[in-house]
Amino acid sequence: MSTSAIPATGPSAGTTARPAATARSSRGGRPVDGRSAPSGGVGAERPSILATAVLLLGALYCLLPVVWVLVAASKSPDELFSTFTLAPSTHLIENLRDLFAYRDGLFVRWAGNTVLYAVGGALVSTVVSAAAGYGLALFDFRGKKLFFNVILAGVLLPAVILAVPQYLLFAEVGLANTYWAVLLPSILNPYGIYLARIYAGASIPREMIEAARTDGAGELRIFARFAVPMMMPGLVTVFLFQFVGVWNNYMLPYIMLGDDSLFPITVGLSTLMNQGASQPAMYTTVVTGALVSILPLIALFLLLQRYWQSDLTGGAVKG
Amino acid sequence: MSSTNASTLRRRTDRFGYVFVAPAAVCFLAFLAIPILYALYVSVRREQVVGLGLGEGGRHQEWAGLRNYAQVLADPEFLGSAGRVLLYGLVLVPVMLGLALLFALLLDSKRARLRRIARITIFLPYAVPAVISSLLWGFLYLPGTSPFHFVADALGGSLPDVLSPQLVLLAIANIGIWGGTGFNMVVLYTSLRSVPGELYEAATLDGCSELQIALRVKVPMILPSLIMTCVFSIIATLQVFAEPMLLRPLTSSISTTWSPLMLIYKDAFTENDIYSASAGSVLVALATFVISFGFLRLVRGQAFAQEER
Repeated sequence: MSTSAIPATGPSAGTTARPAATARSSRGGRPVDGRSAPSGGVGAERPSILATAVLLLGALYCLLPVVWVLVAASKSPDELFSTFTLAPSTHLIENLRDLFAYRDGLFVRWAGNTVLYAVGGALVSTVVSAAAGYGLALFDFRGKKLFFNVILAGVLLPAVILAVPQYLLFAEVGLANTYWAVLLPSILNPYGIYLARIYAGASIPREMIEAARTDGAGELRIFARFAVPMMMPGLVTVFLFQFVGVWNNYMLPYIMLGDDSLFPITVGLSTLMNQGASQPAMYTTVVTGALVSILPLIALFLLLQRYWQSDLTGGAVKG
Repeated sequence: MSSTNASTLRRRTDRFGYVFVAPAAVCFLAFLAIPILYALYVSVRREQVVGLGLGEGGRHQEWAGLRNYAQVLADPEFLGSAGRVLLYGLVLVPVMLGLALLFALLLDSKRARLRRIARITIFLPYAVPAVISSLLWGFLYLPGTSPFHFVADALGGSLPDVLSPQLVLLAIANIGIWGGTGFNMVVLYTSLRSVPGELYEAATLDGCSELQIALRVKVPMILPSLIMTCVFSIIATLQVFAEPMLLRPLTSSISTTWSPLMLIYKDAFTENDIYSASAGSVLVALATFVISFGFLRLVRGQAFAQEER
């Protein structure tokens, strides 16, 4: 009910007839202006300076570190600790050159690894979650309830706790310190399975599946050709959650990887940060690296913003 | 799914359910269930050194019962780290969710200007991973690069060092607040948007002020979302690792065992004591379950009574 992704459970009768996909993209499950008119006439719409000021203060707080890194990345190593911290300088190009030249382009390698782990891991994870969600929502089979409850328990389990035993097991089979050590554990996303089940239940008309079966289409084909496209907006959200999850997970690659050519950016920057104590020039590299790695992400987030309007808790009420 | 049609076709297609959940089930077993069982197993073992402990037979594993757990629970470092993280959570979760709720209500009230820009900007930190936000805030805390210290110095005053032992917990909590407020705000805002407008209409006709509507109508309506954001925040809090690890090079106030996960890491990889590390992992997982389920139980009656309207 707290979600726009499940119009069937939403309170607004007007949207229930529409397919979930379009209801989602309208960002609210009800028309944007649907409430402003009845909720109190002119008085309630009076602009409030205080309300605006509070929001802007929040925005300022959120922008501060981003502004700082933009400025700091333009400073030479000497200036970083000497000139006023928010006064820009002219060394951005040099710093970028140094960053990309650092140990024959190690940073570029880290960036590539990050894309592999976060995009690759999240893509496979989304496919696995979509299939499981579809299976749970549209099929009856023995053990289904048990499986779903176990998955739900997995949602509440802090994944980071698994890092040490996962490492020990991966070391046992000789996979520690390889790409697989970070990629494989990233495939499982209990929360993604849970969301996919909700999306599948809400967006796939059963009659359509039955009709396709009657026409003789195979089960896998029905899934790929009909179910996946209908679940797509929800799957983008599942992908984004997992993408952020992998990109944010520091402990797993930190534990699993010893060879710095396999590091993602996060682990790489943290090792450079540790070197800063003995070589302060390294801080400039860290700062420039931080800037280069967050800019594309911020751009990506702005582009995909509407997919974040969905829920975290949709099933909290439904389930 | 309560179809009465039990034809063979139906049963045959239903068996395909297994095909679709199989990949997830395999991953669940391999990357979640087996590691947990393995951690449980290792946590009740210990290594015994025979003679000088050299060569093949120099060390062997044996049953240890709950001794590793007793040892971890009696370890002042573990207790200290647990205490710090609980305090950290008590600061982080209410402040972060309070801000998220405040911003969500302001966005929803339509009385603030520049709502779209504010919403996008406040959400922005979610794109920044904890490692990078920690090192950015680290520089903002460091007196040499902090704009706050620069301004204070210019005005002839001075600011306390937030990386000092007394304040470092707040410095770490601030990083979490910065990173999490926007995401939770979007979740709560989305939830607010799905509340039917008629409810406000009735409340307005009854003469409720906007603040009253916010507190008595809106907040109760989105209580389930608030509870879930709270549970997820608590779980994230107990796992804090990246923030203190990244601030460590900048200050001596953060020990190598500041948080339980840092202690587990140290046990496993610095001290090579996988037995204590496994017992510690199991304990933190248990504590997470107890706290999140306990919290859910505590608020449940209330939340779902609201839902039964």
